[in-house]
Amino acid sequence: MTAAKRAAPATLFDKIWARHTILERPDGATLLHVARHLVHDGSRAGFRTLQERGLRLRHPECTFGTPDHYVSTKSHALAAITEPHRREMVTELTANAKQHGITLFDLGDVRQGIAHVVGPEQGITQPGLLMVCGDSHTATHGALGALAFGIGASEVALVMATQALWQSRPKSMRVSVNGALGAGVTPKDVILAIIAKIGAAGGVGHVIEYAGPVFRAMSMEGRLTVCNMSIEAGARAGMVAPDETTYAYLKGRPYAPQGAMWDQALAYWRALPSDAEAQFDREVALDAGAIEPMVTWGTSPEDAAPVTGSVPDPAQAPSAERREAMARALAYMGLAPGMAIEAIKVDRVFIGSCTNARIEDLRSAAAVAKGRTARIPAMVVAGSGLVKAQAEAEGLHQVFLDAGFEWREPGCSMCVGMNGDLVAPGERCASTSNRNFVGRQGRGARTHLVSPAMAAAAAVSGHMTDVRKLMAGGA
Amino acid sequence: MQKFERLDAVAAPLDAANVDTDQIIPARFLWRPRADGYGQLLFNDLRTSEDGAVKPDFVLNRPAYQAANILVADRNFGCGSSREHAVWALMDAGIRVVIAPSFGDIFFNNSFKNGLLPVVLPQARCAELRAALARNPGAKLVVDLEAQTVTGPTGASEGCGVDRIEIDPLRKQLLLSGMDDITFTLSQADNIAAFEKRFAAEMPWV
Repeated sequence: MTAAKRAAPATLFDKIWARHTILERPDGATLLHVARHLVHDGSRAGFRTLQERGLRLRHPECTFGTPDHYVSTKSHALAAITEPHRREMVTELTANAKQHGITLFDLGDVRQGIAHVVGPEQGITQPGLLMVCGDSHTATHGALGALAFGIGASEVALVMATQALWQSRPKSMRVSVNGALGAGVTPKDVILAIIAKIGAAGGVGHVIEYAGPVFRAMSMEGRLTVCNMSIEAGARAGMVAPDETTYAYLKGRPYAPQGAMWDQALAYWRALPSDAEAQFDREVALDAGAIEPMVTWGTSPEDAAPVTGSVPDPAQAPSAERREAMARALAYMGLAPGMAIEAIKVDRVFIGSCTNARIEDLRSAAAVAKGRTARIPAMVVAGSGLVKAQAEAEGLHQVFLDAGFEWREPGCSMCVGMNGDLVAPGERCASTSNRNFVGRQGRGARTHLVSPAMAAAAAVSGHMTDVRKLMAGGA
Repeated sequence: MQKFERLDAVAAPLDAANVDTDQIIPARFLWRPRADGYGQLLFNDLRTSEDGAVKPDFVLNRPAYQAANILVADRNFGCGSSREHAVWALMDAGIRVVIAPSFGDIFFNNSFKNGLLPVVLPQARCAELRAALARNPGAKLVVDLEAQTVTGPTGASEGCGVDRIEIDPLRKQLLLSGMDDITFTLSQADNIAAFEKRFAAEMPWV
């Protein structure tokens, strides 16, 4: 970066925004270039719009696809998607990828997986790039210092046609987590604690930068988990400034720059972190030492409590509106105010999703499952074929199978249930996914969001359990 | 895209915060093409029980609100999934305006692409409007995009007023004209091409 650019203090976000600005109208509407576009089996409407209007996909070389929402986790044979309409979602993606010349990691390819696992894993996601995908969890990619956000079907078609989209400049928020995390406290607990603090609408209109020693010390997998749930705080995007962890993660990945290009890219990346004097519209700080393993008790990700706590009492709510909302959530969840979180009995466990299906997540769950037995149905769905292969190379699948967990093929699975992996009405699921919305995992399903280690602890004990009790030295 | 100019219509109060797009349209319906019509699926699990029976208490099932074209909601309406089907379901059910203290960002964006107008009003004003609409079923609001005002409720003895709609000029222009943003953006083809050339030179590894 030039000295002139350094003169005006800028945030990581500011720098990426400026680099991708095609034009800014006097009213502030900004046309931005999209450097990477991910598509999946739910992107059909975008392709159809393109087709109907006789438009070509402008930059197939910047567009990457993989089927994830509708794929069966029992088998990746197409016939395993027994419902024809859902199978068509996958086959239409294959046909569209071929027609438009985009790179597809299709069923049968070990690189297939959840789009937000595949992008970073393949090195498609890179620092300083603007990325979009027709999926709200696109914020995940911000973990590598990219500006990444989800868009709807109309904007998917717009990006396909123009490689650009209109945005008004969001506000900036810095969330700093200071100190160090205690044993058994994971990135998932950090982001649940952040959302509980700022609320599910706390980040609306903002891009969050996660800063401070906890994120600096965090692995790339952990940062991906944190950024993934930025949308659950209402934020447009979430990001972590790139550093040596980022570069080490990226180096050598198939679509990462190589050789001289790597050096040139690295020079750009190193200039990306927010300048020391840069101002944020809002600052939020949390003390890492106060964060415990978290469990959601309600129907919004903001409804989270430490595992050592209890289900809150609507009578203590700060407003009548909040009281009603809490009462409604508890009725749906079948919970009584004041009951200990650890007393919540669980019927089923899901370990997977774009939030928590990476190798570290599986290692963390396996460490708890090892030598124990699941008391309730539990399934593990790796985030990609490569994660699955890595886990198998490490013997993690055997740990899970020995403990009575199911070991499935990669896909979005029970996070959203579009492939038929559903939680039954009234059933209670400890899930490593990102949304505990009413009906999210199936009509009448009761979802408790937890970390992979906490999910495994629930599986082997049949109720919510503080995983720290099961860790080395624990009972 | 359907253009939006002015609407004088029955408004229904929806008393819940964080109404996510999974509630607006459950995931199991998303494989259906738009042409199938999404109106019947709007708020499916809130509107009907598992056996298909209509839940009479749900606001849009009450006779006075069945003709509603406007919803007044609570904070963070449309949060969650990016599914544009949520906007399609609202539009196909005749809803053209949603008023709330805040919206999920992606839902907010998607609305404009389809001719649905999301209006942000202060939390207290939204609560006041919902209360007035609940006590005066069938009361109307007048939403005038050109003038950027929401007026009413008319036919109610309380909560009446005129509120200003804040909206980006470009979005207003596209809604009023009904021009979709692909057509509009393609008019910037020269700027896009020039930018791409510069970008490729500066960032050759991308």
